[in-house]
Amino acid sequence: MVLFVIFCPIVAAILILIGASARKTALATSVLTFVMALLLLASFQKGQRDFQHVTSFSISPEWHLSFTTGLDGLSLAMVLLAAIVTVAAVWFAGRIDKYENAFYACLLLISGGAIGAFASIDLFFFYAFHELALIPTFLLIGIWGSGNRVAAAWKITIYLAIGSFILLLGLILLYQSVPVTSRSFDIRALQAAATGGQISADSQRHIYLLLLTGFGILISLFPFHTWAPEAYAAAPAPAAMLHAGVLKKFGLYGLLRLAIPLLPEGARHWTDLLVVLLLGNIIYVGLVTIAQKRLDWMLGYSSVMHMGYIFLGIASASILGVTGAVVLMFAHGLSIALLFAIAGELRKRADTLTFDELGGLGKVMPFAGLAFGLGAFAAIGLPGFANFAGEIMIFFGAFRNGWDMERFHIFQVATVLGLWGVVISTVYMLRAYRRTFMGALGERLRGRKELADLRPALRLPVTLLVGALLYYGFFPQSFVRMVAPAFRTYLTANKQP
Amino acid sequence: MITAPELEIAVLVLGMAILIVESFATRIDRRFLAFAAIAGLAAVLVASFFVAPGGPPDQATGFWSFYTADRLAIFFKQFALLTTILVLIMMIDYAPVVRDSFPGSSLQAGLGEFFAVPIFTCAGLMYMASAIDFIFIFVSLELVTISFYVLVSFTRRNPATLEAGVKYLVLSALSTAFFVYGITWLFGATGETNLQRITVALTNPSTEHGAALFGMVLVLVALGFKLAAVPFQIWVPDVYQGAPTPVTAYLSVASKAAGFVVLLRVMRPFLMLPQMQRLIVLVALLTLIYGNLAALPQTNLKRLLAYSSIAHAGYLLIGVACFDGAAVTFYLAAYLLMTLLSFAVLVIVAQQTGDQISDFDGLGMRSPFLAFAMLIGMVSLAGVPFTAGFLGKFFIFYAAIAQRQIALVVVGVITVGCGFYYYLKVVRAMYWQPAAKINKIPTSALSRIAISALIVATIWLGVYPQPILDALKR
Repeated sequence: MVLFVIFCPIVAAILILIGASARKTALATSVLTFVMALLLLASFQKGQRDFQHVTSFSISPEWHLSFTTGLDGLSLAMVLLAAIVTVAAVWFAGRIDKYENAFYACLLLISGGAIGAFASIDLFFFYAFHELALIPTFLLIGIWGSGNRVAAAWKITIYLAIGSFILLLGLILLYQSVPVTSRSFDIRALQAAATGGQISADSQRHIYLLLLTGFGILISLFPFHTWAPEAYAAAPAPAAMLHAGVLKKFGLYGLLRLAIPLLPEGARHWTDLLVVLLLGNIIYVGLVTIAQKRLDWMLGYSSVMHMGYIFLGIASASILGVTGAVVLMFAHGLSIALLFAIAGELRKRADTLTFDELGGLGKVMPFAGLAFGLGAFAAIGLPGFANFAGEIMIFFGAFRNGWDMERFHIFQVATVLGLWGVVISTVYMLRAYRRTFMGALGERLRGRKELADLRPALRLPVTLLVGALLYYGFFPQSFVRMVAPAFRTYLTANKQP
Repeated sequence: MITAPELEIAVLVLGMAILIVESFATRIDRRFLAFAAIAGLAAVLVASFFVAPGGPPDQATGFWSFYTADRLAIFFKQFALLTTILVLIMMIDYAPVVRDSFPGSSLQAGLGEFFAVPIFTCAGLMYMASAIDFIFIFVSLELVTISFYVLVSFTRRNPATLEAGVKYLVLSALSTAFFVYGITWLFGATGETNLQRITVALTNPSTEHGAALFGMVLVLVALGFKLAAVPFQIWVPDVYQGAPTPVTAYLSVASKAAGFVVLLRVMRPFLMLPQMQRLIVLVALLTLIYGNLAALPQTNLKRLLAYSSIAHAGYLLIGVACFDGAAVTFYLAAYLLMTLLSFAVLVIVAQQTGDQISDFDGLGMRSPFLAFAMLIGMVSLAGVPFTAGFLGKFFIFYAAIAQRQIALVVVGVITVGCGFYYYLKVVRAMYWQPAAKINKIPTSALSRIAISALIVATIWLGVYPQPILDALKR
């Protein structure tokens, strides 16, 4: 069943390239994938630590390389996110002028690559599936992008290529750090080796730094973040939805999957560095976001900023913080996809996303205004949305983190500054909402005939995204019960003072 | 059971037979000769899978003291045969260009030799794969080089081709001189030309290591020309650009592969010397940096592929510096597939438009099949997972990390980033840019099959490398 979810989009992409009807096939596939992901969720045994639905094909016995897939709570949450965002992205894509087949094939390849990476238990395929999305992203931005698409496409491709090769070095080093007899690309075998203390503290530090740099570039950790806003501003909306919503979570997922269980000593050693960098994400990028003059750039920067909270949760190494990070990954994926989708629709109609030229769209496009408002509230972290649940867990988890530290230390400073970050995001989100949807209609927009509300069919994906946000906002416990067992072996609950 | 030397004899007989038919049967369509050559080589390729591998070369005497049939040799014989078959297929597509370069002569003048000479090159490459004696290495190397002299300047009415031919002739002759001089020094120091006995002689304390090393360095210089390693790469861009395109493909794959087999074999006696390793690391670093940086501004695809071939020599040299023969061999196999794939598309497209990168503008609209093939070729050369090129780089970097060659790894990662830029430039032209002309590009059935097979093989090796690993290890 897991194999089906992975290969459904990829096979559909090939069929579309061969000549199947693009939009119909893509929509059917994404809905089918979503339904399968829901079935996986329903049949998932919560509270179990091990991977479920495991299937394995041996590729190279001498390298202990095999194509192994399976799900635990963490990867299931990510697969679910990918499936939801794929449906929304394909639904929003609409009619494409040139190379329609290639457009949908690229979207499905990104989605299949992300799902494959999340569901792989084997390091090699975990890495390879993520890279499957690289070339489609390049093509999506280059062919169908807007604005400064050429520079954006080169920048994202070269950043991500170098980031993933650094990551590859880290993975090879990780593979080699285990004694020859127990070398394997299987994450479970590596975890067993790590719990047995077979990875020396010294090599843990090296590997963690490589992984943090490699994943950091992929996640747009400060100061490697400059590719992200530019690429998301130039990308067509569905590509930005999939990339910002799903693919960027790959790096975070990798840190959760590898760094915490396998390299506790490395994580401890580099904690201070990571906290300083993530504050760069929250405070510095947050202030940069306020200064943006265009809606698409503002959204791109805001997605970079929110990575800072997730990093804070991961760095806290407490089960509460880490679980909160996963909740926020899921919630951020949905909310940023919603915001990019609405921004893309606005661009189609208004032909501009500069704040000075927008305004008053709420009267003409009430549903788009409502949807954007809900997405913005979610992104700020208003109670009731899953983002709130994630952020509050992260802040509690980080304030009383899992490390043995003195009473007053860098985490408490970071938590306080992080709370101010919420204020920053309130400022830019509400300003963006006011300047886009309220007030008088922008001068350039007057008399434009194309300004119409979203067509009714598009309400469905919006409802899907908002519904998932609200559901897990009101009932985060069901999500937490699914995810938390994945970390229980490696992290203790918060220490009592 | 077939023995290994019979393979080369069969290839040589095939080549002579084709030449004889060519000169007596003047009426036939010359392309028939190419089909016959492809069929003959394919038969030899099939036969090569049933060859019994020879015993250990240590106590061998007579013929077997300079000829070995180990796994590596058989593998590279198959490699040479496969390359030659694919190049011949490209040559059939290229035939109109050759015909046009002999104005005033009969319709198919010159085509017969164009199809026959590669067969002799192939025999030379196969001998080279088996050679374990310096004299024999030299003789087979010359068979390859001399047939390439003919091929490179085949369309000699074209000034660029003529220039390429002269450059190749002069610099190859120079490298041959280095090679022979190196052999004499080695012979003087050890009294042997057989690689196995040189190894033994080097362990003897009375051997003059300085003289032997000097000879080895001279041999390395000569091999550097064949591999296109910096600082012996200056001939590569001009010759690659000027030579007929199928010959360029042949040169960049077969000649390089043969150079690396010989390098792997002659390095073995010198592996224990640390200064040798440092030298190779230095050459690898220079080659990586030069090849990749110089490729960045290229606008001509043949020239781009020339610099890319220098860059790949750099990655291969990382493998040599880390003593990982299996990684080098796998990389060469991947390199064969992706390079020939790119050249096969180039041969077809260049006849319609030209070989500038801008001539590929809008290929995605004009011929989705060719554009997709080129996409796979470029993506594999850049090293994206699920293609053979990625696994090649993976094994190379694995070896470098295992040996803790930090400098090689750091430079390697940066150059991979460069590679993404210049390979994707081609992808960009094919899909982003609007086409200048919109007519479709005709593709013959045979090249369609060959290109499809190469695409499938590139992806297959990228997902399931075990067959190659098995072929090398058993």
